[in-house]
Amino acid sequence: METATINNNFKSEEYFINMGPQHPATHGVLRLLLTIDGEIIKKVEPDLGYIHRSIEKMCERDSYQQIVHLTDRMDYLSSHINNEAVCLAVENALELEVPERVKVIRTIIDELTRISSHTLWWGVMGMDVGALTSYFYGFRDRELINDIFEETCGARLTMNYNIPGGLMQDIHPNFVKRVKEFISHFKVKLPEYDKLLTGNIIFQKRTKGVGVLSKEDAIAFGASGPVARGSGYSCDVRKYHPYSALDKVTFNEALRTEGDSYARYLVRIQEMWESISIIEQLIDNIPEGDFKVATDAVIKLPKGEYYQKVETARGELGVYIISTGAKNPHRMKFRSPGLSNLSLLNHITVGGKIGDLVATMATIDIVVPDIDR
Amino acid sequence: MTNQELKELIITWFSGPESAHLEFTEEGSQFLNLSIDPEYLHELMSWLKANNQTSFDYLFCLTGVDWGKELGVVYHLESTTHRHIMVVKIQTSDRANPVFDSVQDIWPTANFHEREVFDLFGIKFKGHPNLKRLFMPEDWKGFPLRKDYEDEVNMVVK
Repeated sequence: METATINNNFKSEEYFINMGPQHPATHGVLRLLLTIDGEIIKKVEPDLGYIHRSIEKMCERDSYQQIVHLTDRMDYLSSHINNEAVCLAVENALELEVPERVKVIRTIIDELTRISSHTLWWGVMGMDVGALTSYFYGFRDRELINDIFEETCGARLTMNYNIPGGLMQDIHPNFVKRVKEFISHFKVKLPEYDKLLTGNIIFQKRTKGVGVLSKEDAIAFGASGPVARGSGYSCDVRKYHPYSALDKVTFNEALRTEGDSYARYLVRIQEMWESISIIEQLIDNIPEGDFKVATDAVIKLPKGEYYQKVETARGELGVYIISTGAKNPHRMKFRSPGLSNLSLLNHITVGGKIGDLVATMATIDIVVPDIDR
Repeated sequence: MTNQELKELIITWFSGPESAHLEFTEEGSQFLNLSIDPEYLHELMSWLKANNQTSFDYLFCLTGVDWGKELGVVYHLESTTHRHIMVVKIQTSDRANPVFDSVQDIWPTANFHEREVFDLFGIKFKGHPNLKRLFMPEDWKGFPLRKDYEDEVNMVVK
């Protein structure tokens, strides 16, 4: 046959399809090049860069205050935590001690952000396996958090609430009341999530034993966040390198050992409970005081290298700054959790079906701008 | 292991630490930094992962850096058993054709990260199975994160 000899790398029964860049299940502009044999996946190759904005290059041009605003646009579902990573790196470099009030508020909003991200993930996770109801449940609860953010930060998604030295402004007088209202609301609603999906036999069939990642592979591929913890790799930055007010609270690291899609799902559900607990421990104890300390209008970091890790909703975000003492960083690198987590997709989906690829991708919970930067 | 213990152990692996340009520093960084001659990189990295006392099995950050004259790569390593962290650095002054050994056979996560460094800095990695651009279009000219990169259309110059 003529056709079979054109490309010797392909067997005649294998073929090649595109998934994305505008496929709803890729959650953004991610393109996957699939080599398939019928329904069976032989190879998954992500094609990245559709939303690459060269944020690291822009950082070399901007001041440290400006850089904070760029980080919102990476993992937009963890925008507050991204902002905090840069602020912490700058504050550590300047040896600046921020007020206790700032630390507590930052941690409360971090955990609200995590719940907001996980509720969105839970909604689309259900949708990816064909359960549309979860989408509306997730967005219903997330809306309440966004309203709290809007009142205090002025924005719902890209909040820009952190600045080097503290917060942009003090919390809204309603903040404590509304957070408490949300927590009591969400504690009733979260068990509904379990009723709708967690115990659902169809959902379990779609996720149990699918996309299995061993602990060794999780470490080797640089996985972090719920993806790694679903495989039994204990890596919560909040535990190992506590920042802000995390040393004042007690919480459990959500950890499962099965390594399949269902384990990653359960880790995120448990993380929402842990976030609730962290917020409850802090919300009545916000210390009085200033919401920022003054910094120089032009921040210059001392010559040297600074690395700051934080735990975003997707995993470990690293901010690596190389400073020559100037007002801009010489080099700024963001170690995004998404890129490392995505790199193991091929490893855990090969041999499975296309439908399972969609379900597995949902449990890796990628945000494309975080990968492309 | 403490930084001092790591340092003492790693020196014993090299018969002539001077010939490998082994250089330790903790100045201006919260971690132990080790610079090494790129020629010995792969050997050192294999040891850092395989040795029971170091067992750096988690490569959490791989960064390309343009130092102005030199191009370099910085590796942030962590051990998931001992929970210690160290940084390994290499650099070359050959800007026209910078080549280092790939470490993706030691840590598979390096596969994507080395492609990113190749894409944005033009640093090649010997032994990488699939070294092509990660983010930029394949026909893109130049390497955007280099300091001497110029693009009149896409860059806002201040």
